[in-house]
Amino acid sequence: MLRIDNDLGRFRDIVKGRVRRELRKYMSSGELLGKQGGRIVSVPLPRIGIPHLVYGDNKKGVGQGNGPGQGQQAGEDAGEHLLEVEISVEELAELLGEELELPRIEPKGSKDARTVRHKFKGISQKGPESLRHFRRTYRQALRRTIAAGQYDPKRPVIVPHKDDVRYRSFVPETEPRSAAVVLYMMDVSGSMGEQQKEIVRSEAFWIDMWIRHHYRDVDTRFLIHDAAAREVDRDTFFRTRESGGTLISSAFKLAIQIIENEYPLDDWNIYPFHFSDGDNWSQADTRSCIEMLKTKLVPWSNQFSYGQVDSQYGSGQFYKDLRAAFPDDDKVVLSRIPDRDHIMESIKELLGRGN
Amino acid sequence: MAVISQRFLRDGRDLPPELETARREIEQLARGYGLDFFDTVYVMCTYEEINMVAAYGGFPVRYPHWRFGMDYLQMQKSYEFGLSKIYEMVINTDPSYAYLMDCNLVVDQKLVMAHVYGHVDFFKNNAWFAPTNRKMLDQMANHAVKVQQHMDRHGVSQVEQFLEMCVSLDNLIDPYAPYLVRQRTVTEDDIERASLDRTVGKLPAKDYMDPHINPPEFLQAQRARREADLAKMKGFPESPERDVLGFLLRHAPLERWQQDLMRIVYDEARYFAPQAMTKIMNEGWASYWHTKMMTEHILTDAEIVDYADHNAGTMATRPGQLNPYALGVKLWRHIEERWDKGRFGKAWMDCTDPLEQDRWNTGAGQGRAKIFEVRRTHNDISFLDTFLTEDFVRHHGMFTTRYDKRTKQWVPDSTGFKEVKGQVLDMLASRGAPRIYVVDANVNGRHELLLDHPHEGLDIQLDYAERVLGNMARIWTRPVHLQTFLEDRPITLTHDGSTMERTNAHVRGEPAFQEEDE
Repeated sequence: MLRIDNDLGRFRDIVKGRVRRELRKYMSSGELLGKQGGRIVSVPLPRIGIPHLVYGDNKKGVGQGNGPGQGQQAGEDAGEHLLEVEISVEELAELLGEELELPRIEPKGSKDARTVRHKFKGISQKGPESLRHFRRTYRQALRRTIAAGQYDPKRPVIVPHKDDVRYRSFVPETEPRSAAVVLYMMDVSGSMGEQQKEIVRSEAFWIDMWIRHHYRDVDTRFLIHDAAAREVDRDTFFRTRESGGTLISSAFKLAIQIIENEYPLDDWNIYPFHFSDGDNWSQADTRSCIEMLKTKLVPWSNQFSYGQVDSQYGSGQFYKDLRAAFPDDDKVVLSRIPDRDHIMESIKELLGRGN
Repeated sequence: MAVISQRFLRDGRDLPPELETARREIEQLARGYGLDFFDTVYVMCTYEEINMVAAYGGFPVRYPHWRFGMDYLQMQKSYEFGLSKIYEMVINTDPSYAYLMDCNLVVDQKLVMAHVYGHVDFFKNNAWFAPTNRKMLDQMANHAVKVQQHMDRHGVSQVEQFLEMCVSLDNLIDPYAPYLVRQRTVTEDDIERASLDRTVGKLPAKDYMDPHINPPEFLQAQRARREADLAKMKGFPESPERDVLGFLLRHAPLERWQQDLMRIVYDEARYFAPQAMTKIMNEGWASYWHTKMMTEHILTDAEIVDYADHNAGTMATRPGQLNPYALGVKLWRHIEERWDKGRFGKAWMDCTDPLEQDRWNTGAGQGRAKIFEVRRTHNDISFLDTFLTEDFVRHHGMFTTRYDKRTKQWVPDSTGFKEVKGQVLDMLASRGAPRIYVVDANVNGRHELLLDHPHEGLDIQLDYAERVLGNMARIWTRPVHLQTFLEDRPITLTHDGSTMERTNAHVRGEPAFQEEDE
């Protein structure tokens, strides 16, 4: 521990404080969207260093050296002094949680679900050359040489035989895990404008981060639907443009199918999220949706969340229907998102219960 | 805490035997050349430690503050990505401490040691360092204790925030203050005597000539001037005060603990000031000696390539930037050559024939003596002013650059001697920081503070100015005005602690003062 570590910690606290203050801005800007390839995101923070009275960029300079001087690059734009601060996704999610006062999620059920991981901890006599353990090989050879009485301290040359060679090998390790799958369902029908989709994506992204913060292993599945539903990859989910009618039941059907096939209920914590403008095609379809929710999706899930974006075309009827169907079921959480600035509030509504 | 740092500096960090041998050899050599230095203690550090020491400005005992953590993080990053690394770090104390990074090559360590003896000789002998506290390590440790005590009593963030405000003003000091008396203090007596003097400004004259030599209008003017002087004497401050931070320290309504903290920032800023004033000379001097010792004595055959590579890395000049190491060392060699060849004095000045100038060599052989003399008395400004010759500028291809707003690039501007020298001296005079004077601490009789920036062609960066003035207004607890020029138009920035306003005129119409150097 160096003395400076205290100061470093203070600095990090200050950075976190700034990030927290600007969190709403980042969340609604959509700038960080989909940035989770690396686990570290770089957040530009204005105004963190200590200012001094200095000259602006009308500076002149002096150069030295023969040959053409091409001059130095003028750095950043005037007036913008950004400090790029690196912060891990986890930290960001934690800030989000603290800011929204979200409770910690309690993983459900089977604590003894285990996974097997392989670690290179063992030694074996067979193996690929790339895993040869030089030190162990040498030790083995030395031991054999000495035992055979061939070791000459004046000329300590050790020649390993084939039998002396040792390799690193893996041993299986089991470790407990709690796993979760998050199903994002998004309505991409014609009534959802670009802006509505953008809001939904931002919200999905931050929810994703928050859930990842609590689970070691998170599966995310992305479903989009208009009149028919299909599964897409992350990238498509965040980019797609579609149009058409809306049959919400199509998405629920697909979700049920995925869960039945791939996620045994005993081992998985399931979090379906559905985002729509609430403009379903027919009341008949809505009835079948509610049926599916009641019998399958809701009982299976830790929580079923529905976020409805206000849209100028949509009737927003689905929200009302859900509220009527699940008047006081803790597992069904509903939220309305009037605009971009309400993403934070909406996330709080959806995740604030901590089931 | 002090105990830890004492251990950090003294125990278990001795040089390994091979470096100790090299150190002895280098010390011998350095003394042989006539270098005269304090005892120098070399401390081996890991890269984390050396970055830490660098973040603390060379003093591992410095007071705690988050900004050191920020600097440390930046250095760590930059080192880990292979962008930069610290070769040497030495502090101006007696004994002097120098830090070596343990993963450097042996040849690097030798280079650094030779370089460090140059620096320590400079610290000890250069006149501008004479008033600095050579026991600064102890003082820094005391500062740390004080800051910690205030933190315990008033809370970490409150202390840090106040320190932050003070640090943002720490370039507004008068670097020349320790060396000269800026002003005589005007006493009440002086004021009384001046106001009683009825014969103001009367020139001595015989009676019959008096009406001609001292006509009524002349006397009138003299009286008006005297009155203005008198008003100035009664004003506050009496004459413009460049030591803004010092002024605040003496006159701002501060609580005891705040005053304590500001005093710490002030003392440390003044301690570091001579290093900024002699950067080119100091780095040049150390480089001059390390190259001499290394190439003439120390290097083994096997080390030459690494040495040349690393030395070239330090001496590299990038277009559009001045490298103090390179400029410094070249100037020192230039001076030595001139005095060795007798290229000084009237005869040399009168010589205009380039061919003859090239051949000029009187065999004077005074080079070594001259550079030792120069290192004793000059600072960067006087050094460059005296020794940056036309010959040198041409020979080393120096040029000025300017920022082209249209193409948004730095472009070469001129290779003319006058322009280059003017530019260099301008840069040194301002050291990147504008000169700011307190001219009035009671503007409009409302205890508002008026600062003046004598504009010399460069505009102040406004967004920073806003924050700095905000800090100042919070310290002064009354609005603060700064008058300057923006794109050649007079403006006044007024900060009341919460917001800044801009007025397109000056508070004072006439140039607010003339500097008096005495």
